[in-house]
Amino acid sequence: MTAYLLRRFLSLSLSLVAASLVIFLVMEVVPGDPASFMMGINADPQAVAALRTQLGLDEPLPLRYLGWVAGLLQGDFGVSYTYRVPVSELIAERVMISLPLTLYALALSTLIAFPAGILAASRRNSAADLSVMGATQLGVAIPNFWFAMILVLVFAINLRWFSAGGFPGWDAGFWPAIKALTLPAIALALPQASILARVMRSSLIDTLNEDFMRTARAKGLSRGQALRRHALRNALIPVLTIIGLQFSFLLAGGIIIENVFYLPGLGRLAFQAITQRDLIVVRSVVILLVFAVIVVTFLVDLAYALADPRLRRRRT
Amino acid sequence: MTNKPIAAAAVSLLALGLALGVTPAAAARMDATIGMQLEPPNLDPTGGAAAAIDEVVYANVFEGLTRFGADGSILPALAKSWEISDDGLTYTFMLNEGVKFHDGTDFDAEDVKFSLDRARADDSTNAQKALFADIASVDVVDPATVKVTLSKPNGSFLFNMAWGDAVIVAPESAADNAAKPVGTGPFKLNEWVKGDRVELGRYDGYWGTPVKLDKVTFKFISDPTAAFAAMMADDIDAYPTFPAPENLVQFESDPRFEVIIGSSEGETILAMNNKQAPLDNVKVRQAVAHAIDRQAIIDGAMFGYGTPIGTHFAPHNPAYVDLTAQSAYDPEKSKALLAEAGVSDLTLSLKLPPPSYARRGGEIIAAQLRDVGIETEITNVEWAQWLDDVFKAKNFDLTIVSHTEPMDIGIYGRDDYYFQYGDADFKAIMADLDKATDPAKRTELMQAAQKKIADDYVNGYLFQLARTGVSNAKLKGIWPNSPTQANDMTGVYWED
Repeated sequence: MTAYLLRRFLSLSLSLVAASLVIFLVMEVVPGDPASFMMGINADPQAVAALRTQLGLDEPLPLRYLGWVAGLLQGDFGVSYTYRVPVSELIAERVMISLPLTLYALALSTLIAFPAGILAASRRNSAADLSVMGATQLGVAIPNFWFAMILVLVFAINLRWFSAGGFPGWDAGFWPAIKALTLPAIALALPQASILARVMRSSLIDTLNEDFMRTARAKGLSRGQALRRHALRNALIPVLTIIGLQFSFLLAGGIIIENVFYLPGLGRLAFQAITQRDLIVVRSVVILLVFAVIVVTFLVDLAYALADPRLRRRRT
Repeated sequence: MTNKPIAAAAVSLLALGLALGVTPAAAARMDATIGMQLEPPNLDPTGGAAAAIDEVVYANVFEGLTRFGADGSILPALAKSWEISDDGLTYTFMLNEGVKFHDGTDFDAEDVKFSLDRARADDSTNAQKALFADIASVDVVDPATVKVTLSKPNGSFLFNMAWGDAVIVAPESAADNAAKPVGTGPFKLNEWVKGDRVELGRYDGYWGTPVKLDKVTFKFISDPTAAFAAMMADDIDAYPTFPAPENLVQFESDPRFEVIIGSSEGETILAMNNKQAPLDNVKVRQAVAHAIDRQAIIDGAMFGYGTPIGTHFAPHNPAYVDLTAQSAYDPEKSKALLAEAGVSDLTLSLKLPPPSYARRGGEIIAAQLRDVGIETEITNVEWAQWLDDVFKAKNFDLTIVSHTEPMDIGIYGRDDYYFQYGDADFKAIMADLDKATDPAKRTELMQAAQKKIADDYVNGYLFQLARTGVSNAKLKGIWPNSPTQANDMTGVYWED
């Protein structure tokens, strides 16, 4: 078990180093100069040059890479070119929206998907199964931004239950903040829940066909008992994988939903920074997302081991 | 069991929604939320060109010696009056007294000297450094009087001092203005939630006419659909520069809203690379100009909002000359000119930055050019890419840009400017204009400059960008025009 984890840890760290190099180089190749972007088309060339020097853009490439990595290792992400505040501060503010939103959406998606998937699998080919399959088919097909706009139209413009978007900040209290995140979380969660429910169903159906399920029934367990005690746990591995992938997707991929609801999240920060060529922010956000994906992958690996004792004993 | 907390949460959410939906119908509202498409990268107008900076802080947080009025006139601000010497070289400004910065420090002549010297210093990062180029020295006469000496007469000096880039800052706080702006204006910064909003609050120590609002919130909503929803849901009270003109009809039909149509300083041009063959031939440029049907572009790309222009000058300026007839839509003439120039099978690159005037207008222009036998290769570029490729490297034939700085015809005199005109005769006109202080003479020279660039068909002049906005019908005092990029909130109030 320890060797297994160590090996996973090492390979994930290596991915992080490789990612940092790729991110840095890609950002350097992209055309566009942060200083000339900030100064606009009427600017004096001398003033642009002065700004470049002030921002440290004149230093040679390898020096800037090493400076960036050294800073990262000490938890110093540098100072944003355009906002002129520490990048870590910017990211911290945005994470406080993106992370709760991701968790909220993931919780909703899991809460919907588990019962729906289990219901469909245990009553296969029943009316319940068919309606779950139909609904999830629709859920997968509908683009989340379109669904988000419909939510805004119904709940914000017509019913006035929610604001059309924006985020009051956690200072405004827990409930107002949660309320602001509710429509975005629903919009994000529904397509994810549809995918998850389908995976849950097919994984469970596979397990229910296994020999040990017949044995469980043979020793006198009811259908429900057998399902809860033996099938669910065995069906969980593919579901956990999907949840892990969905977490990364939601954290990084909330950008469209963040735009529809004008939420100041991580995705919008990255998007804004790219258009303004605030390269230092782009790099830091991307490396942070890579780090988050890696950590989640690692946690999912750990969860496999918890769900399946055989993985814990295996000496791979 | 698990259902109970969820049900409780749902009920409390509902109750909250109801509570928020009911607004007390007591006294007039004292706050306003204004929508903006782009967030300012920082809040220091002396250290960046982004229009969004001035749109938040101009006249609200920072003030200069002079300022723009709603109609574009130059009004006194921190300087209550001034005297100009007969040779036009010395400006003596009498300053308002009892003015305090938001941090409580006093404003006096030393701050003026500091601000102007800082903007024109060698290591200055002021985006409009040229505004200060003619200043030879700034001298403090006494705390309420400051004398500015110019190296040569400059008839637009008072105009230059009204720009957001020329606001007065304090030596104690100037370095931190990007994140914590400290000015002398009637509003001070309460909070900046990055990516979401900037909140300004009334500054009680303000020296001038008190403002009518307690709080102004600028909210950044870039997506046009989201902006529409936010207006419809009353989340924001006004959106002075609404990003989607196609939605204005819907606002117009709703009595809750008032649609505000004004003019801006944005001359939208089809810029041509004057040094790139065959566009270095004036006949080819003239052919391009005659191939363009301005009204079709205004109708097709801007939903009818915009004023056709025939030169690089704002139509609402008294010195404007209507030269649209000189480059009227005439495809036959265009074909004849191309034949005369001996050009056939012409393919030109057309690089389009993100705004809809460029992307939508570009496709219409491409079709119009095809009608006279000019093919175009359209490339969509981001702003940063445009700055690099078109603006700096001049790697383009045609591009569409709106030049939004006020009175910026002077760019045609720059040698290395992206459309590469820099004609000697034009520069001579500009030099004379700089020296002239007599209004009649200035008007004459400005008109000569407009005619010169129209005669040389430097660029295709399309239209003056309209400022199309929407506001709650009860919110009054929002500037319809934008003589400079600003949302002056000092005169805004709620009716009733």
